[in-house]
Amino acid sequence: MPENRDVACLLQNKEEEDLAKVRSVDLNTKVIEMKGIVKKFGDFVANDHINLTVHKGEIHAILGENGAGKSTLMNVLYGLYRPTSGEIYVDGVKQEFDGPGGAIKSGIGMVHQHFMLIQPFTVTENIVLGMETMKGITLDMAKAREEVVKLSERYGMAVDPDARIEEISVGMQQRVEILKVLYRGAQTLILDEPTASLTPQEIQELIGIMENLTADGKSIILITHKLKEIKASADYCTIIRLGKYIDTVKVEDVTEQDLASMMVGRNVTFKVEKEAQEPGEVVLEVRDLRGYDYRKVEILKGLNLKVRRGEILGIAGIDGNGQTELVEIITGLRKAESGSVTVNGENIFNARPRTVFDKGVSSIPADRQKHGLVLEFSVADNMVLQNYKKPEYQKHGFLKRNAIQEYAREAVKKYDIRPADSALKPAGTLSGGNQQKVIIAREVNNDKDLLIAVNPTRGLDVGAIEYVHRYIVEQRNKGKAILLVSFELDEIMSLSDRIDVIYDGHIVGSVAGKDADENTLGLMMAGGTHHE
Amino acid sequence: MNKKINILQSRAFLTLVSIVVGFLVGAVFLGIMGYDPILVYTTLLKGIFSRPRFLAYSVVYATPLIFVGLSVAFSFRTGVFNIGAEGQFVVGGIAACIVGIFVDAPAIIHVPLCFLAAAAAGALWGVIVAFMKVKWGINEVLSMIMFNWIAFYLSNYLVDIPAIHSDGTAEASKNVAASARILLPEGMRQILAPTSNYGILIAIVFVVLVYLVIEKTTLGYELKAVGFNKNAAEYAGISVNKAVMTAMAISGCLGGMGGAVHLLGMGERISLFSAQEGFGFEGISVALIGASNPIGVFFSGLFYGALKYGGGKLNLINAPSEIVKVITGTIVFFIAISHVFKITRRKKEGK
Amino acid sequence: MDSIINSLGTLIYATLIYTPPLLFAAMGSCFSENSGVVNIGIEGMMTIGAFAGAAVAYISGNAWLGFLCAGLAGALFGLLHAVATVSLNADQTIAGTAINFLAPGVAFLMAQALFNSSDTPALIGSKLPMLFNNVFDGSTVWSRFFKNVFNTYVTSYLMFVLVIVVWFVFYKTRFGLRLRAVGEHPRACDTLGIHVQKMRYMAVIISGFLSGLGGACVTMATMNQFRPVSIVGQGFIAIAAVIFGKFRPQGAMVACLLFGFCTGLKVVLGSNNFISAQIISMVPYAVTVVVLILFVGKSRVPAANGKPYVKSR
Repeated sequence: MPENRDVACLLQNKEEEDLAKVRSVDLNTKVIEMKGIVKKFGDFVANDHINLTVHKGEIHAILGENGAGKSTLMNVLYGLYRPTSGEIYVDGVKQEFDGPGGAIKSGIGMVHQHFMLIQPFTVTENIVLGMETMKGITLDMAKAREEVVKLSERYGMAVDPDARIEEISVGMQQRVEILKVLYRGAQTLILDEPTASLTPQEIQELIGIMENLTADGKSIILITHKLKEIKASADYCTIIRLGKYIDTVKVEDVTEQDLASMMVGRNVTFKVEKEAQEPGEVVLEVRDLRGYDYRKVEILKGLNLKVRRGEILGIAGIDGNGQTELVEIITGLRKAESGSVTVNGENIFNARPRTVFDKGVSSIPADRQKHGLVLEFSVADNMVLQNYKKPEYQKHGFLKRNAIQEYAREAVKKYDIRPADSALKPAGTLSGGNQQKVIIAREVNNDKDLLIAVNPTRGLDVGAIEYVHRYIVEQRNKGKAILLVSFELDEIMSLSDRIDVIYDGHIVGSVAGKDADENTLGLMMAGGTHHE
Repeated sequence: MNKKINILQSRAFLTLVSIVVGFLVGAVFLGIMGYDPILVYTTLLKGIFSRPRFLAYSVVYATPLIFVGLSVAFSFRTGVFNIGAEGQFVVGGIAACIVGIFVDAPAIIHVPLCFLAAAAAGALWGVIVAFMKVKWGINEVLSMIMFNWIAFYLSNYLVDIPAIHSDGTAEASKNVAASARILLPEGMRQILAPTSNYGILIAIVFVVLVYLVIEKTTLGYELKAVGFNKNAAEYAGISVNKAVMTAMAISGCLGGMGGAVHLLGMGERISLFSAQEGFGFEGISVALIGASNPIGVFFSGLFYGALKYGGGKLNLINAPSEIVKVITGTIVFFIAISHVFKITRRKKEGK
Repeated sequence: MDSIINSLGTLIYATLIYTPPLLFAAMGSCFSENSGVVNIGIEGMMTIGAFAGAAVAYISGNAWLGFLCAGLAGALFGLLHAVATVSLNADQTIAGTAINFLAPGVAFLMAQALFNSSDTPALIGSKLPMLFNNVFDGSTVWSRFFKNVFNTYVTSYLMFVLVIVVWFVFYKTRFGLRLRAVGEHPRACDTLGIHVQKMRYMAVIISGFLSGLGGACVTMATMNQFRPVSIVGQGFIAIAAVIFGKFRPQGAMVACLLFGFCTGLKVVLGSNNFISAQIISMVPYAVTVVVLILFVGKSRVPAANGKPYVKSR
């Protein structure tokens, strides 16, 4: 397959190109200068004297863990937050923004991590919103459309100006976001975690777009915690840790390892320690599964997979290729069209969630606040969310509060959920990492044969990620079958014993975890190859 | 210090503040309109408290409101907004009325039968709406508004058919049989009020029951889980559709029983309506003032009933009884915005 | 044949008489709901408008001044709702419920204070005008038909103009685009420099204004005075119509006309004894339920509807 090799070569060549890359950074023109920015929320200091200088034509990465204060800093620059103290200069002129309006006027644009798009509006409507082209008192949408087309052609960003946002892909939505910013005449673009749900190929495309933009004299601030992307695209990198300014470095002078240790303040190991282990009999078997997504579009097109005892099967894939629906069908939240799903040989095809649970499936949902927890309930009540009907916790329909609380107190202690007295506190008052620990505690305690984990570390900091990974591996070592679905390829690669790649509703490839390499996986994830 | 008690205290405190503000705003309005607020309020208070009979009447007025308040409060706790309590109240009344007229049985059977019929009718009214929501995704607020009116005209229609219509000239149904009434013994009613009835005792039983269901049972746990976060509830294997139907059935039950207690206690028969009686909307206020807590609802029901009864006395001094609406409206309004004061209080404590 | 034409004329007349209060209020509801604020206080705002319109028209003798004041009175309570829900992030349903007690309470109280009665005095010269008064003489069947259809209160004409204006505002102007955007994704609007609070204030105040006008349609046209029973549930029907019409002005118009038509049907059929008047009265509500089940189903609520927007600073 010569075509596929071309793509693979392209990906490999990329790094060599990076070294040879000459970008026209104009070090004499400072477009953004932030000096001693402090931002407090109550007693919490989110930004503690942070400095940032961005030059014309530069891609400047801001690196930090979740909660380090990257987004806060950018919201300050974009005028969404007012700094408690500190100064902002744009093109050498001191600015005090009263809102995003002021920032937009002075040429700053921001693409948010969670897209800020109006779902039922068209691409054009979204782009012009807030800066509409008028003809008298009416909107001039024809002219607006023309300008959108012109702009998208100029920077090579293909969008359908008349499509509604709810109908277009994530990649195109991101292009709409960038166009929205350019339409406002932005000279400096802030991109907040822009690659979160893109394919490796889409990421390359995005890097291409960023290069087009900088060639045109624009500057880009890239917020990320992905070291590879920084190495691949950025000129300079500012590191923030726990709200404090650490350093600004020239990217070509440092290694990924250097960046990582600056980010977390200690040396980190990327690999998860894990003994080799022979997997046992099959626990979960999915055969020829077909199903529809919420728009009634066929999204699973005859999918097969098996997970055995004592093995972690990682499902690698780009968001939207059917993995969400796959998990929803297995756990009973969605009805499939046809196929079969069995756990330990027992049929759970299109069974209700409670039945699936009783047959031996527990799961860590992707969205802990939406699916994992009832935030208003105490941690104790959340701990028995599936088990409240067990005789241990109720008698004749009356809850045994004391037993539930006792159980929760033990779990809080065992899983180091903080604060230590959180058993009776509403789950919503806990931090994200501790909320995740509550879910892990609950699901691990459920002691089911199959554990499904979907993006189990999304939005967690390095410490919490290590914790979660440790528990997943521990379950595997105890002989449980683990189905791991994650959009983070690194996570899949470091945890899985076997990796199935999902693309367009099929498993398009299967590799042993130890043999996996990013390029091959990336290629398969993008539909580049098709071997069973 | 126990924090839970602190929150409860502050919630009750905020409600009391809202009530005081309600009366103050009412006074300002009265002043502007040229009435003497002090005179109006003393008349109001005297109209409620000066005689045992008045107090007894207040309780009679309050009883159905407690039921409707419980109905709405229950729905709030489970994430549904039962704006259809009005209709459930009406069909409950109809069912109790029909059983009260046509069934001949000793009181010990007749009364429970009437309540059962009312509860079933109210539950049905609630379940239909819930079913439409669950099955076809039809907005429940919309269908409940429709069902309120369907109940309204259904009641008027039934009152009008010969078998049910009063034998006299009144535009109303026949009176329910004496064995279906829940009046206190004659002697006690002479001391209290002519319509004093056991309803309040039944209400107390249901306040306790609803409290137990919400706070202590697996059913309450399920319904609250769905009310707070239906996605998580579904993920954990709780059937959201079943919970919504159950919640609306129970809520409808309580609303229907409100209709029964009203009829078997003070009403005796159903009159032709010219306009919706507004029990459902009063029930919403009662639930809100009572913080959707069954015990809170009990007291706010008494409070509302007393105001409703006492307000009627204002005509004696040629003052408008509508001031009661202004006062309740203001109270509910301040309850709606009361969290603002909570924050400022916390800030002060912080300093 | 003639009697059919006659009945048809009466039916259209009745429809056009009963629809305006609903449609004015429904247009108000459209503004509020599309901006993301649930306004269940429409009923109360209609009541205060119904009173203010009749009272001012009676005192001033000027119908249009009365009509304007009806709108302003409604707008005042719209402002109150906006302060609670937009600035103070109150629960929108609770605040609306409060308005539904407060506004009628104030209206009844003022009726007592000003006129020493629960009703306002009957309007004689200062009702809202009827149009095409002397165009059709009613001498032939068709002339009577056209007289029935066209010789009607100005509000019946205004309501159609209003729907066109609201549609235009919603879909053709900057204000409308932003209004709908604010109801879908307020945070996105904030990042684009659109003032979410200001948009919502305007929407809720407009909803009060139009609801007030809707109330006045009852007391200044259909009836000629304000009574405690002038507004009994029309506000809720208007809200229902908006949900029914999928939150679009044109959809709400169809729903309001349906309700108006059914009420008209009741009036026309009410004169015979074959069917109980009560059953006929039930028809619009039952029809709505059936239509919902058969044709409408789930309506897409504006994404941010009912959710306070809290800006962190």
